[in-house]
Amino acid sequence: MKFFATKRPAPRIHAGEDLQASVAAVRLHGVRSHALETGRTRLVATAATFFLAFAVVGVRMVDVAVLDHAGGKTKSAPQARSDQIDIERADILDRNGVILATSLPTVSLYAKIHEIADPQEAAAKLVSVLPEMDKAEVVSRLSSDRQFVYLRRNLTPRQQYDVNALGIPGLYFEKGERRVYPHGNLVAHIVGMTDVDNKGIAGIEKRFDSALRTSRQPLRMSLDVRLQTVVRNEVEQAVAEFSAIGGVGIVMDVNTAEVLAMVSLPDFDPNDPPPSSDTRMFNRATKGLYEMGSTFKLFNTAAALDFGSATINSSYDARGAFHFHDAVIHDYHPENRWLTVPEILIHSSNIGAAKMALEMGTPTQRAFLTKVGLLAPIPIELPEVGVPQIPNPWREINTATIAYGHGISVTPLHLVTGVSALVNGGEYRPPTLLARLPGEAIPGERIEKKKTSDDMRQLMRMVVTSGTGAKADVPGYLVGGKTGTAEKSVNGSYRKKAVLSSFIAAFPVNDPRYCVLVMVDEPQGTKESHGFITGGWVAAPAVARIIAQIAPLVGLQPQKELPAPAAKGIVKGTGSREVAAVE
Amino acid sequence: MSFGRTDTSTLGRWWWTVDRWSIAALLILIGVGVLLTMAASPAVAERIGAEPFHFVRRQFAFLLPSVVLMLGVSVLPPRQVRRLAVLGFLMAVVLMAAVLGLGAEVKGATRWLTFGGLTIQPSEFVKPTFAVSAAWMFAECRLNPGFPGKIIATGMYVVVAALLLAEPDVGQTLVVSSIWAAEFFIAGLPMILVGGLVLLGMGGGVAAYFVFPHVQSRVARFLDPQAGDAYQVMTALNAFRHGGLFGTGPGEGRVKLVLPDAHTDFILAVAGEEFGVILCLAVVALFAFVVLRGLSRLMRDDNLFIVLAGGGLFVQFGLQALINMASTLRLMPTKGMTLPFISYGGSSMLALALGMGMALSLTRTRYGGEEAER
Repeated sequence: MKFFATKRPAPRIHAGEDLQASVAAVRLHGVRSHALETGRTRLVATAATFFLAFAVVGVRMVDVAVLDHAGGKTKSAPQARSDQIDIERADILDRNGVILATSLPTVSLYAKIHEIADPQEAAAKLVSVLPEMDKAEVVSRLSSDRQFVYLRRNLTPRQQYDVNALGIPGLYFEKGERRVYPHGNLVAHIVGMTDVDNKGIAGIEKRFDSALRTSRQPLRMSLDVRLQTVVRNEVEQAVAEFSAIGGVGIVMDVNTAEVLAMVSLPDFDPNDPPPSSDTRMFNRATKGLYEMGSTFKLFNTAAALDFGSATINSSYDARGAFHFHDAVIHDYHPENRWLTVPEILIHSSNIGAAKMALEMGTPTQRAFLTKVGLLAPIPIELPEVGVPQIPNPWREINTATIAYGHGISVTPLHLVTGVSALVNGGEYRPPTLLARLPGEAIPGERIEKKKTSDDMRQLMRMVVTSGTGAKADVPGYLVGGKTGTAEKSVNGSYRKKAVLSSFIAAFPVNDPRYCVLVMVDEPQGTKESHGFITGGWVAAPAVARIIAQIAPLVGLQPQKELPAPAAKGIVKGTGSREVAAVE
Repeated sequence: MSFGRTDTSTLGRWWWTVDRWSIAALLILIGVGVLLTMAASPAVAERIGAEPFHFVRRQFAFLLPSVVLMLGVSVLPPRQVRRLAVLGFLMAVVLMAAVLGLGAEVKGATRWLTFGGLTIQPSEFVKPTFAVSAAWMFAECRLNPGFPGKIIATGMYVVVAALLLAEPDVGQTLVVSSIWAAEFFIAGLPMILVGGLVLLGMGGGVAAYFVFPHVQSRVARFLDPQAGDAYQVMTALNAFRHGGLFGTGPGEGRVKLVLPDAHTDFILAVAGEEFGVILCLAVVALFAFVVLRGLSRLMRDDNLFIVLAGGGLFVQFGLQALINMASTLRLMPTKGMTLPFISYGGSSMLALALGMGMALSLTRTRYGGEEAER
């Protein structure tokens, strides 16, 4: 079937037509065929034009839909133009460019007293447009014998317009700017804040005060507000659920030591800060010093394995209580038998850990803790950092208790940085709050052999698959970690009911990318936790919720679970689940 | 439907002489329109607070009358088509004048008349009827040198254009101008005047730019999308990108949730997003097929009136489709132009059915004895 006629049929001649045609008809016929001839030619031109136009539309369609994937797509949210606005203090951004702190131009209202004709009238008018001002006070200020008084800071453009419209002589506006923190509480402890003169008085604002004043370039932080939001929500939930007095949550990239999220609760709104004496201003994550408890067993184990005083198959006598000098060391989950190195971690045996530490000796332990940065102030870009409290002199009893995280106080960020170094192949990098360039090579300091790091990852996975950290597991993301439940010492004596419950995790353990810490300060048991306040019950579930939410955000695909790590013969199960897991 | 070759009843002759391929293409277009109206309009209806199938129901109500009108008109012989067109043209002009006095203003333009619950847009009906009426004048003029057909046709054009610009409706003015220019061109306008007409058209465009603020703003936005609010077009382009080759699947589109005109001017963007560029190309091919096949059938005809009238009708149909698609694809500044048979709109649908019915009638194969002129 032909859709488009290619050949024009010849004019038809009817029988006898030529004979009947009059002269007029012949003339008409001539005119008509001439007109038709023109018309047909021009129809062809019209059709060709349409054909071209339709072809252009078709090509453009394919171009837009299939070929042109680069142009037009906006990567970030549209922003208002701000080129013309001259700001004195640079913005602070998160790693993706989200504004954490910015400056808005404002005006302050002041008066030149001698130009004010009638203070009463001026005050009355002013209060009519700025109703939150007190008339009597305005009158007294305008009647003072100074040259110049500030009446009000930070007027909105609308208020400025209204005051201007009053037409009161003697009132002037001074240009200024105001620091605004659009995320409120979310990053308060890290970004910090400025005083009324726009001078940094806390956090990054203080640490980089001069840089922010002199540079127009925004300061890009390592934080990711999406992760920060997840961590804050989950720590807040854990604190509320267990009626705790506070909490900490940290997420670190183990390979670059960038802090992606760091939360300390309770916190505050820097747009409306509490007095500086308020306890909410205290940053637990970098300034708070805590005896970390059992999470330290990771460092202890790594030190012993790396030194060679223990292998993964070594075992230690954990029967009864361990009497050492004047002290008695108990296990929280007593097994009352010889325990292998993995079992010491899985059951979190204090006795086993202490014996491992004593076997490697004080100098080895101290050297290892120095290498992972636990004995020096944390080198983070914040003014608020705590100085670790380390025993002096460092006796054998200290070596024994430090093995399970007592007798030494460090900050939560110390713990995260150290564990990141344990699992990333064995290289320590100082933590940072500033965004690294993508692909930037960061020199690390070797703290342990690669093999030790591999063993540690395997051991941490076993704590989750077969030990106290079961509630931290997230299917598909191969979480490894360690629980910690430290009794808090108050005035030198330990209180049983006041503990610091924590969970430190790395995931995915086959190739760790992120280290997550959740710490809950003085949790109270609940019915759901059967009254338990240990890290496995309080912090581990929060860690699991955090990982489940942030792993998709950072683009990690869930993996098919591999069989439990080959730990044949080194873990003696107490329950059928564990037996199944190792054999 | 089947008729014997020897069936000489009106319907029998119609079946064997009408272009059934064009009818098939038009019915497929209408079918695609039904599909896309169902895809695009519920979101729009919900946004304006109507029940979800508000637009779908209204469009369906026009569906059957439109198809019946199109096929019914295609049965008429050319002479009756001409009568219908002239009568329709006079009525449409009267109604357009009435619109200016009595019409309701919607989105800054006065284009609609309400007759007891039924809203019609007379300017839609003026286009096909003008095409046929003007063609008659041009043809008469060419065949009887004394007849002032060109002047009459141009006078009709001026009246219609003035009424359209008063609404204001620059897009429809462009279409009517093109019909008039195309018929004048086919009727044998000397090439020097063709050039003059092109210049005049450009001048008209420039004049429209300076006279109508909304034209100015649309052109400015076309030239520099960042400067102003080119929101609809940029969103439409993103919809095409999002859809890619095969689309996101029915109901998965997002553009209809945000575009105010998703069911009318930007319905192709909805098609591109949900059904992919494949369906859009098919739609372009259908439009191109109808226009090119229609024009090629006209070339076989011996009657100048039929060549001119058919040419005008296909130019109108093709141009409307092109303007709509080109605006959606940001090939030209946006014009308020619906996609024939696909966009939502009752008047538009009925008027197009009338126009295509007349075109189908004019492109019927005619044998010697039944020439229109006799």
